[in-house]
Amino acid sequence: MSQPIRIHAARDFKERSLAALNDPAQRKNFRGAMDFLQMKRRAQFGDKDELTTLRDLGEAIRRYALANLPELLEQLERNLTANGIQVHWAETADEANAIALGIARRVDARLIAKGKSMVSEEVGFNHAMEAGGLETLETDMGEYIVQLAGEAPSHIIMPAIHKTKQQIAALFAEKIPGVAYSEDVDTLIRIGRQVLRRKFAEAGIGLSGVNFAVAETGTLFLVENEGNGRMCTTVPKVHIAITGIEKVVARLEHVPPLNSLLPRSATGQAVTTYLNLISSPRKPGELDGPEEVHLILVDNGRTQAYGDLQLRATLQCIRCGACMNHCPVYARIGGHAYGTTYPGPIGAIISPHLRGLEATYPLSFASTLCGACVEVCPVRIPIVDLLVRLRNEAQAREGSADATLRGSGAARTTLVSTIWNGWALIYSRLRMYRITSWFMSRGRAQSPVEQGAWTRSRTPLTPAPKRLRDLIKETNQ
Amino acid sequence: MSARDRILGRLRAAPKGSPVALPDIAAWHATRPPLATDAALAKFRSNMEAAHAEVHDTTAQDWPLLLARLAAEKGVRTLLFGPDTPHGAQLAASAPAGVELVPYDRPVAQWRDRLFDGIDASITGARSAIADTGSMVLWPDANEPRLMSLVPPIHFVLLDAARMHANLLAAMLSERWASGMPTNALVISGPSKTADIQQVLAYGAHGPREVIVLLCLASGGKP
Repeated sequence: MSQPIRIHAARDFKERSLAALNDPAQRKNFRGAMDFLQMKRRAQFGDKDELTTLRDLGEAIRRYALANLPELLEQLERNLTANGIQVHWAETADEANAIALGIARRVDARLIAKGKSMVSEEVGFNHAMEAGGLETLETDMGEYIVQLAGEAPSHIIMPAIHKTKQQIAALFAEKIPGVAYSEDVDTLIRIGRQVLRRKFAEAGIGLSGVNFAVAETGTLFLVENEGNGRMCTTVPKVHIAITGIEKVVARLEHVPPLNSLLPRSATGQAVTTYLNLISSPRKPGELDGPEEVHLILVDNGRTQAYGDLQLRATLQCIRCGACMNHCPVYARIGGHAYGTTYPGPIGAIISPHLRGLEATYPLSFASTLCGACVEVCPVRIPIVDLLVRLRNEAQAREGSADATLRGSGAARTTLVSTIWNGWALIYSRLRMYRITSWFMSRGRAQSPVEQGAWTRSRTPLTPAPKRLRDLIKETNQ
Repeated sequence: MSARDRILGRLRAAPKGSPVALPDIAAWHATRPPLATDAALAKFRSNMEAAHAEVHDTTAQDWPLLLARLAAEKGVRTLLFGPDTPHGAQLAASAPAGVELVPYDRPVAQWRDRLFDGIDASITGARSAIADTGSMVLWPDANEPRLMSLVPPIHFVLLDAARMHANLLAAMLSERWASGMPTNALVISGPSKTADIQQVLAYGAHGPREVIVLLCLASGGKP
């Protein structure tokens, strides 16, 4: 089963979001799902004081980890290695895939059973493995559905959120031999269970993500509800975990507060069915578990965000998805319109580091800056400030002090910069400002009716009949 | 220079920023007072049941009888157990009628097909439990391997009610996890589940459909 590679130019974002807005069935799916997830989260955080304390702590834990990131990564590597887990470092997506392919070739694996991992989506893992002659199989039910459909996840926690049970029933009947059409969810899950169960034993490698990597003990901490993550990390002979370099936490005792915030923010669950803490491969005498465990630590642009004290906050993220669940833009256009692995507000602030601003700058503009994401972020990432910063970067002049990122200035156009330069010129000179505003208020009847994108869904902008200074003058008389 | 050195080099070259104090976990822990034994048990039970697990009261002596009754009710014919655990020995000595006890006594590669397709249920011990979230802590080992709590459709768990912690942090601290982690530590809160199809909750996604807790109380329960 292959997944298409997705190469999306920035300009396609507008087209994709327009298409999504005009898809009433999909909008209904997302609206329903978002309302459900918001309600579930609210029910978890009834005690506001508890939430405040927990968010303070969650933010402090993540900021502490980032402030000491290089030392903690080295400590993590030392302790994992001492525990028998092999650590690999990848600067780019290609390097991460090459490491995994190298392991697969050495152990002669043909099938890789995958637990849910957004970093594997980020690096195009499935495509790279297939190009290398390996088969990959997604085993999280949502991811399995999405892979079967040849699509990409539309939400980081609930990958198949855009699909109805009717669509899934049709998909199963079409793609799985011997399966009859059924819309019964229990039946559909039972089918998935049966198909996938046989595959865990066949797979030479199990792949997983990591929720938190504990430096102090050399432990990989994974959360899940289904048990497929445990299958992938226990049944195949080799387990490869792949994660971003920012996922490290200093101490084991830092995990419980984050683990309280994560599922409650994500799906409104107090806890996931399984917490899976892995600290070593199979030891002598043990009867199951992988004989080799590997961790691939991926940079892929994260060090760019780390290099800037403001943008570093992006890396505090624990990938709960609450920001997208509460985003008025995401709720309307859905995950695919973003064209990036991570959609929604977190996608808008992390993707520029992973893929450069050229490909991703429209995402930071696709926000009303309403701040709903900031209000729910369990680790208090100042998402709105970061969006504004990325807008400025996107408009910055090449070589100027404001242009610090890969692709800075990508959104800059002669027309827009000329308009803003003119505006700056007028507004910084009193006489010119007075004359211009006098002409504008007197000439308001001549305001153009067509004002580009503005008038596509709004009434035209018209200057006020009287300037502010005229009004003040009248009031004072 | 390796990828590792270049990544660490870039992180080290980044501005330091103001120092961040070590988070005060003890202060947070102090805001969450320990529960009285009865309250903790009640909370554990209601959380477990809310997560679709069953909790049955029993004692350290009587649980094999309870297990026999439940196994018969659920039509369990093959029961996976760890023969080298104390409770495994106890079970073997009073094997439930009509149930074949299957020992997990060889590496999984030697009997994978039967484990995946021929076992109705398993029984394992739990190391401790967590009241706050209705969870059980398992540290699988050579005597009770990891897949016992994952592969069979029904998982019976033997839990000593005295091993109840208020929350995950309390469990980690009082059992001193940080001073020596096992190969795999598990915290299990009910049967396997998914809501990946239209947010409809379904049980038995990949792991057990049923989790049944045999809660051993000091002062008895109904067998």
